[in-house]
Amino acid sequence: MSRSASDEEFRAEVRAWLQANCPASMRTPFLPGDEVWGGRRRTFPSDDARIWFERAVERGFTVPSWPKEYGGAGLSREQARILDHEMRAMGCRSPLISFGIWMLAPVLMEYATDEQKAEHLPAIARGEIRWCQGYSEPGSGSDLASLATRAVLHGDHYVVDGAKVWTSHADQSDWMFCLVRTDAEGPKHDGISFLLIDMTTPGITTRPIPLISGSSPFCETRFDGVRVPARNLVGREGGGWQIAKKLLEHERSIISVMRDRAPEEAESLPAMLKRCGDASLRDRVIQAELDFLCNRLTLERTAEAAKAGRGPGAASSMFKLYGTELNKRRKELRVELAGYQGLGWEAPGFEPGELQITREWLRSRANSIEGGTSEIQLHIIAKRVPGLPD
Amino acid sequence: MRRFELTPEQDQLQRAARGFAEKRLPVAHLRGLRDSHDPLRLSRALWREMAHLGWAGIAVDEAHGGAGLGLLELGLVMEELGRTLAPTPLLATSVIGATALAAGGEAVRAHLPALAAGERLVALAFEEERRFAPYTCRTTAHHASGGGWVIDGEKVFVLDGPAADLLVVVARVSGEPTDRNGLVVFAIDRATVGVDLQPLSMVDSRGVARIRFSSVAVPSADVLGEPGKGADLLDRLLSRATAALCAEMLGASDAVFHATIEYLKQRHQFGVAIGSFQALKHRAAHMFCELELTRSVVRAALVAIDRASPDAETLVSAAKARASDTFLLTSSEAVQMHGGIGVTDDLDIGLFYKRARVCDLTLGSSAYHRDRFARLGTGS
Repeated sequence: MSRSASDEEFRAEVRAWLQANCPASMRTPFLPGDEVWGGRRRTFPSDDARIWFERAVERGFTVPSWPKEYGGAGLSREQARILDHEMRAMGCRSPLISFGIWMLAPVLMEYATDEQKAEHLPAIARGEIRWCQGYSEPGSGSDLASLATRAVLHGDHYVVDGAKVWTSHADQSDWMFCLVRTDAEGPKHDGISFLLIDMTTPGITTRPIPLISGSSPFCETRFDGVRVPARNLVGREGGGWQIAKKLLEHERSIISVMRDRAPEEAESLPAMLKRCGDASLRDRVIQAELDFLCNRLTLERTAEAAKAGRGPGAASSMFKLYGTELNKRRKELRVELAGYQGLGWEAPGFEPGELQITREWLRSRANSIEGGTSEIQLHIIAKRVPGLPD
Repeated sequence: MRRFELTPEQDQLQRAARGFAEKRLPVAHLRGLRDSHDPLRLSRALWREMAHLGWAGIAVDEAHGGAGLGLLELGLVMEELGRTLAPTPLLATSVIGATALAAGGEAVRAHLPALAAGERLVALAFEEERRFAPYTCRTTAHHASGGGWVIDGEKVFVLDGPAADLLVVVARVSGEPTDRNGLVVFAIDRATVGVDLQPLSMVDSRGVARIRFSSVAVPSADVLGEPGKGADLLDRLLSRATAALCAEMLGASDAVFHATIEYLKQRHQFGVAIGSFQALKHRAAHMFCELELTRSVVRAALVAIDRASPDAETLVSAAKARASDTFLLTSSEAVQMHGGIGVTDDLDIGLFYKRARVCDLTLGSSAYHRDRFARLGTGS
């Protein structure tokens, strides 16, 4: 690969900019709850987090490769790679964690009108609007296409009635991208549309769902006669399923990447093993470490292939399946290795790191369910890769 | 730096090897050698053909008639030979033999052009235990009164031993039988007086020998490396051989997996293709994932050795553990998913299943390498 002089110039420039603008405390790994999610009600865990967020937004570095008109920095692919590399090398945190950037924006870029792009993309880039996802319903989990939330067109508005569950952070979000049924007659996949809904619209109620881990990242959201302007439809009416599938691919890769970039535990598995001589536990730790290495190498190989213009068909499903199943195993092993200190629920008597072990173990159980269960991923892999019949 | 993408030349080499394996070395070739009780368990004529294509001497330097390429290139050919279970001397001669001879003096290196031409076959004789224990060595080497050395002992599980012209032999000059220190490596002509080779009939139909050395005289010029420090050379040979064997196992796993997928599509029961049953489909998807992980770690190990990366040994052990497990899994599932015909000798599936078991124990089992991976530091 040729490294042009201008790329090297860019590297030097970006390095200097990061040195000058990324506060020292933002060059440390995330602690739980330290992420900046943006939105109208945005909060910051520290002044440094706010400063880093604002400077990154100003420079377009929340979305470096987006065009400038949408709030990006307009970087070339190579420049974006250089920035990413420099940020990793310096240990810089992501200034903004955003479903808008990772999930919604890629499909808006592909399917939205210019007017919709102009309305939503800059607000996503600047972290002004926080988005949540309205997909699953009480009666539609793995069989997502059976969703029943109705949207009926009355003049220039859709009237939406129904309920969504597992809407991550819906209680903190400003807008929802939502799958609704606009046609109840034909084949179930053809009656689905992709609608953008302002969460302040009258008729929307949201309730957090407490999980076994004690946190409540997911909500239940109800719609009672909610009036949504028809111009908030993305793509054509009845074309929502195709968009939804695209978006799920992005979500799956994100779940696996987030695992990869998750805040590293205070102590590695082999280090914890030193305090516990159980031979069978040792075998399982070794296997988990081996699988972790092989998974990491496969992510790297897939990235290289993607750069060369080739991607294995079911890569995102494979990583979703393997990454989440492996993560569950690793979190369980940490609890086993921590012994009684890995079984605490609250202080006193337990260090924050020990409580984290318990909570992360329980939280990890949702990984292989959210974004399509492991069984659904196996189904997709079997269908796309070896091409087995339905 | 990229480590997984192939150059156009490497890609071309792999395609050529695939074509050759399909046309000249299909599974029927192995079957034929088995059924005719061929004493060598490989074809020297086909090996000469492969030498003409430049593969016998891939990793031999150009001054000695080779192509001067790396272990990755050898691995690409090994992978393709694995698809058809092709019994060739590539591992013993071109991966291990070429590296061993290159470590010798002028007299030993003089064998390299014949090796690259496909005329001289090599086998490594180092094992004495029932399972992989690389430094355990009771075979002795003493200074002979008139100069040179005298070797006494017995070696087991010598891969491609029956066809070898030249034996690379590990013996002990000092220390206890399991010491890493005190080893010496020789290149010994198979026809030397006192070398007694007994071919064994193995479950995978490949050529393996037990070799007895009785007062075998070896000139000093045939010592490889430094006497007493033979383990340094042996380690290098074994790590290259292990990575190359992993490539063969990857190719074999991939082939047996695809044969199984084809069967799942074609076999009908209860009025539908059995591949439509979730109980089989999910297992197929699981195997697919395991194969993808294996592909990554095997490629990473080959490249790490070529680049002399500090994590090369960790990757080699990770690759062997994974490749063993994946080959055992895919071949075992293949037998089960083929049902009744899966356990017949008519079908090639059984040959893959047998080969997987032999490959696992060869150069250290999955369990051995998982343990070594942990001892080396897992890199996390």
